[in-house]
Amino acid sequence: MAGICLRTVPNNGSCMIREVLAEGELGCRIRELGLVPGARLSIVGRAPLRDPVAIRVRNYTLTLRNSEADHIFVDLIETNSREPTHE
Amino acid sequence: MNNLLVGLAGNPNSGKTTLFNALTGARQRVGNFPGVTVARHEGTIVHLGTGINLVDIPGIYSLTAFSDEERVARKFIIEEKPHLLVDVADATALERSLYLLVQVREFGLRTVLAVNMIDELHRSGRRLDTEKLASLLGIPVVATVARQGQGLEYLLDAVVLAAGREQPPPLKISYGPQVDQMVSELSLKIERADFLAQFYPPRLVALKYLEQDGPIMARGRREHPQLSVEIEEQARQYSRHCQETLGESASALITDYRYEYISSLLARGILSTDGRHGRHNLTDVIDLVLTHRLIGPVVMLMVLYTVFWLTISLGETPMGWIESLFGLLGAIGRTYIPEGLLQSLLVSGVIEGAGAVLSFVPLIALMFLAVSFLEDSGYMARMAYMLDRLFRMFGLHGYSIMAFIVSGGIGGGCAVPGVMAARNLRSPREKIATILTAPYMSCGAKIPVFTVLAAAFFPGYVTEALFWITLASWAFVFATAKLLRTTIIAGPSTPFLMELPPYRLPTCKGLLLHAWERVWQYVRKAGTLILAVSILLWATMTYPQLPEQRRQDYAEMVTAIHLRPDLDNKNKTDRLASLEAARAVESLRYSFAGRVGRALEPVSGLAGFDWRTNIALVGGLAAKEVIVSTLGTAYSLGSVDLENSEMLSQRLKQSPAFTKITAISLILFSMLYAPCFVTVIAIGREIGLRWALFSVVFNTGLASVVAALFYQTATALARFMN
Repeated sequence: MAGICLRTVPNNGSCMIREVLAEGELGCRIRELGLVPGARLSIVGRAPLRDPVAIRVRNYTLTLRNSEADHIFVDLIETNSREPTHE
Repeated sequence: MNNLLVGLAGNPNSGKTTLFNALTGARQRVGNFPGVTVARHEGTIVHLGTGINLVDIPGIYSLTAFSDEERVARKFIIEEKPHLLVDVADATALERSLYLLVQVREFGLRTVLAVNMIDELHRSGRRLDTEKLASLLGIPVVATVARQGQGLEYLLDAVVLAAGREQPPPLKISYGPQVDQMVSELSLKIERADFLAQFYPPRLVALKYLEQDGPIMARGRREHPQLSVEIEEQARQYSRHCQETLGESASALITDYRYEYISSLLARGILSTDGRHGRHNLTDVIDLVLTHRLIGPVVMLMVLYTVFWLTISLGETPMGWIESLFGLLGAIGRTYIPEGLLQSLLVSGVIEGAGAVLSFVPLIALMFLAVSFLEDSGYMARMAYMLDRLFRMFGLHGYSIMAFIVSGGIGGGCAVPGVMAARNLRSPREKIATILTAPYMSCGAKIPVFTVLAAAFFPGYVTEALFWITLASWAFVFATAKLLRTTIIAGPSTPFLMELPPYRLPTCKGLLLHAWERVWQYVRKAGTLILAVSILLWATMTYPQLPEQRRQDYAEMVTAIHLRPDLDNKNKTDRLASLEAARAVESLRYSFAGRVGRALEPVSGLAGFDWRTNIALVGGLAAKEVIVSTLGTAYSLGSVDLENSEMLSQRLKQSPAFTKITAISLILFSMLYAPCFVTVIAIGREIGLRWALFSVVFNTGLASVVAALFYQTATALARFMN
């Protein structure tokens, strides 16, 4: 099971990263900013042209292009609580 | 005792620079890191009798280096070996901030952690147990609020104390059973061979080889090529093995486990919530409006227009003062220095040249104030976020917007501060494309050129003409950027991945220091060079002088007019003026610039330009304003005031050499050809001399092709229609 692509997660949706399929500079930057398997994130919004996407991860807001989000696969989390917290 | 060398490291937006400013105040020196134009801020402070040399390192998220700034930061931390590193962490994003700390501590550097903006953490209803964090990390931890100066004394105490103590051992964490096994096997081999032993502990070398760390492998190859290659090969095998069994490369696993370590650290009751959690924070609310699908872009246009207005309209007045000051100096020069070459050199060369340099200062200062405000407040990141999709289609970046607007994207900017505004771009290819195309915008100096031509050939439609010219500049910017990014600066776009920091009110001190520093750099470094160039241009338009014989002829004609009894005074003045104008045309034609202009006629004819236009365009290399004044001289009007250009419009209209088609061709050429010298120097400072020269050659080439194509097509069409 490969999870779903981060690009397809709707606004306000919460999810947990299953895997990051990027190597090299991009893969390195994605992981070093805290997007590693097991990290929880939620979609904050999308830019007026639907790209890039803004996500909330590890208590800060990060934006990335859809083409970059395509390397990140996630599992959706049922959104009972309003916001994921990391404490 | 020697001063302690202390580096200030931390993530971008962690308040590191605010902390640096608070600690050093105005006692800071600005230089460059060797080899790159990344500014290096240094300041000296004395605390508890110990001198501390504090260096502000560019903001980084990790020690992995891809960009110039990251390379500089890493080089300083790893190779310059500061006595101690202060790692500034953003209290509100502690997990991510600690990633850098973990990497730094793996290297075994003596470190003090400053958890900054602790007040924001408290306001969001959370508490941090700094003592517990300190004991778990084994290093001093100090909570600070840099903008209010809180905790700075404690921080300096900790720095001085820690510097006197023994260096703590490097941090050892688990990277998972498989990688741990690989690290110990590799480090055994490294230890036996004493490989890089004088630089780093064996375990760290093993780890870095598994991470495929470029600089360390390069050093390994220098020290022991054969062994290094052997270890690299083994590390690659291990990494492949990880990929096959665990689905991730070794370096990816190492990053994952560093975050694992941080999460488990923070899970041990270091961060607590006091129950007030769950309220919307202010940034989220503001962002609902400012990055809204429809409202967001509208607000952004208003903000951009305000920046433009602030820079240009507010800058105009002090710019006028400086210009009139230099005008006054020029007049004094003309009165007290005997007429002749020395006067001409000092007045037209030195004073006017220096005036041209300094008159940009108010614009640059205001632009940097406005841009720093947008950046420090966090709004700049939102603009990049909203515009990135559009700009990326042309190989540019969301951050390019600022450079284009300040350069005159709405009409009437200035490419000098515009090129400098591209500093915020971290991705090198996009930055080059932005800087090379920003000078196409209608800067304040080109507008008079366009106005004169439009008034002559499209009377009644000047405003419309300017509007279409501005649109055309944008079209050329996008087309050229796309062209450049698919040819000579081709390559994938740099990963975007950008933090949207919380909105924060910038500190006055920070803004002023920033603007002052940039202005001073401009005056000091660009000033001397630009002065030399303007003297050179003055010389090409003055030398060689008319032959002795012709000068005598003119002198005799002047005397003859004075002596004529049949003319009244007004009549005499008119005749003298037209005689002087004729003399000016002839000596301009005779000068080096004139010869170049005439020599270029066969080529420039393709675009419909005669030698007069050519000279004006050559003069425009100094500053675009010169185009109008030189056209004035070449069309024997004497010197033409920018404000009083109607005469020139009339004259151009009457000239048989000028038609509507020539006018449009000239507008296109002036829009696109080589940037003025001040801009060229600014480009050189930002991305290197080679690109500066390229911009002169490429832009002129492009302008020639576009103008000639237009002129030839339009002429052929016109002939066909008749």
